Amino acid sequence: MPADPTREGPPTAPAGTGAPRAVPPNVPSPLAGTGAPRGTPPNAPSPLAGEGRGEGAPHANPVPGTARTPPAAQPPPARGGGASLRYAPSMRTRLRNRGLDGVTLLVIPGVLFVVALFVYPFLYGLLLSFEPKEGGWLANYVTFFSDPFLYDTIGKTLLIAIPATLLNVVLSIPVAMRVRLMRHQKLLTTILVIPITLGTVLVAEGLLTYLGPRGWVNRVLLEFGLAEHPIRLVHNYWGVMLSLIISGFPFTFLLTLSYVTGIDPALENAGAMLGARARERFFRIILPLLVPGLAITLALSFVQAFSVFPSAVLLGAPAGPTRVISIAAYTAAFEQYDYSMASAIAMIMAAVQVLIVVALLGARTLVFRGPASSGKG
Amino acid sequence: MRRETTLGARLWSTLIWVLVAFFILNLLAMIASVVVNSFGTRWFTTWLPAGWTTRWYTLAWDEFQLPQILLVTLEVVGATVILSGLLGVPAAYAMARRDFPGKSLVLLLFLLPLMVPPITYGIPLATVLYQAHLAGTIWGVILANLVPTVPFVVLIMIPFVEQIDPRVEAAARVFGAGTLRLFVQVLVPLLTPGILAALLLVLVRTVAMFELTFLTAGPTSQTLVVALYYAVFAAGVRPGQSIDAMAVVYMVTTLIWLLIALRFVNPTQIVGRAKR
Repeated sequence: MPADPTREGPPTAPAGTGAPRAVPPNVPSPLAGTGAPRGTPPNAPSPLAGEGRGEGAPHANPVPGTARTPPAAQPPPARGGGASLRYAPSMRTRLRNRGLDGVTLLVIPGVLFVVALFVYPFLYGLLLSFEPKEGGWLANYVTFFSDPFLYDTIGKTLLIAIPATLLNVVLSIPVAMRVRLMRHQKLLTTILVIPITLGTVLVAEGLLTYLGPRGWVNRVLLEFGLAEHPIRLVHNYWGVMLSLIISGFPFTFLLTLSYVTGIDPALENAGAMLGARARERFFRIILPLLVPGLAITLALSFVQAFSVFPSAVLLGAPAGPTRVISIAAYTAAFEQYDYSMASAIAMIMAAVQVLIVVALLGARTLVFRGPASSGKG
Repeated sequence: MRRETTLGARLWSTLIWVLVAFFILNLLAMIASVVVNSFGTRWFTTWLPAGWTTRWYTLAWDEFQLPQILLVTLEVVGATVILSGLLGVPAAYAMARRDFPGKSLVLLLFLLPLMVPPITYGIPLATVLYQAHLAGTIWGVILANLVPTVPFVVLIMIPFVEQIDPRVEAAARVFGAGTLRLFVQVLVPLLTPGILAALLLVLVRTVAMFELTFLTAGPTSQTLVVALYYAVFAAGVRPGQSIDAMAVVYMVTTLIWLLIALRFVNPTQIVGRAKR
């Protein structure tokens, strides 16, 4: 943003007044001016005044006629030449009319960043996964799907992720339905946001102490005679499951709550007035309206549970029943230094997530169509 | 919104409250057991430890090199917050004010890093960063942490920008303000609540961001949460109480910022990442 706009203030003010009123979102900006070499006439009287305003304003307010000049007349203005400039919209004007101007350029740093550090690594990983250390281009995938130690991780992860997700979502709905009637929700939501903020590592450490053989849970069980010996709750499947509930339920609940509170209460009141009872109102009015949000909640919760990593290592049995797919990918990358194999596992992980999410969102359209129309009618 | 008064409805509602209370009880007891353990001397088969001490904190402070870790955490979090604001707010402004071809594609581009879990894209990302010799350094950690936070800032800021009357900006333009001046003197002051909320959320999320930091950090660029993971992972090497002492330090660090953040944002916003 190089131009000092104050200096061009007075002479261009009249032109400026016109522009915003006619096309508010297309106000010329100094950034548009920086684009000058690309498409603006180089014959501007002074570099500063030419930037965006002196030249831009007449075009920013195109008389309908000028805007419709045949495209054949375009190349000349781009090259320059004062005469043609009057009659044909410049490149910049045409771009601006399509919403591309200096302000739009502000999106570029962010986009470039995401492309460079998200899209590029992903594509790089995809290509890398087809360049195994040894064997043909599919060798990594062949190895993965022929070695039970590796392909079992998918099943093990699903065995943890699916029950945890379903439990969290099924519990979230009635709780959210009740909580939306509360006046002071903030205390409850604040308490529930704590485990999300603390993160899975701390929840894992906390549960190790809390659920451990000397922890308070086993203390209660022994004290009340519910168990003869301390129950083993950590370093196995249940430890990971409980950690996914402790950190997953608040997440699912807060998402569900935001969808539940988004439903217009008038709809339910109308149902009640027509004699529907609470159960009917829920299943025939609320639930159909909730399904789209619920599908997204399910998808997000599942994807989170499927990518469980720290708690599977710390609270689970990472060599046995909780050797989840992310552990396999991590081991390949940072213990065997086989980045190609690690990328292949990461791609398989992404593929399973995408498959389930697409299935969920697809099922949403199937489920949603019927009841929703009857609910609205 | 209706309240039922029948017996069945009351039982149902009681059942739900019992469930919620049970969850919260366990949650608070879990946190309390960490705190109690970190202050306890010996704790075997009793409800509470035999005695109280603070020596685990001094032990953890020296053993885990907490001063250095806290400094790294501060640097990583600070740089992530500032850079994601600088990249995200202008992008959000452009997204909110302009309709350009391919805008929905750009929106998808910003949504994806928030939907895909960090461990999935973290492994290819770490591979690329290792190739660029950035992983293991503090800059690699910062870059990795920016991947989800830049889109997060964009998506949070778009509605904040949209609610500003475009005529305010038009007026500023009329009086000759360029984009930079418009940002500094008009938009940033008007957007302060939104920017504050977005950056505080970024802060809270970055302090707790485990996967990306874990995959890209070297021995000198560990943040608090990664150091905590390694401490728990190598439990048995050190007394459990000093690990819990470290966990308490981490908890306090996180919760202070959470409390500050909650003065400006709604708790659901911490979760509501996929919503526009």
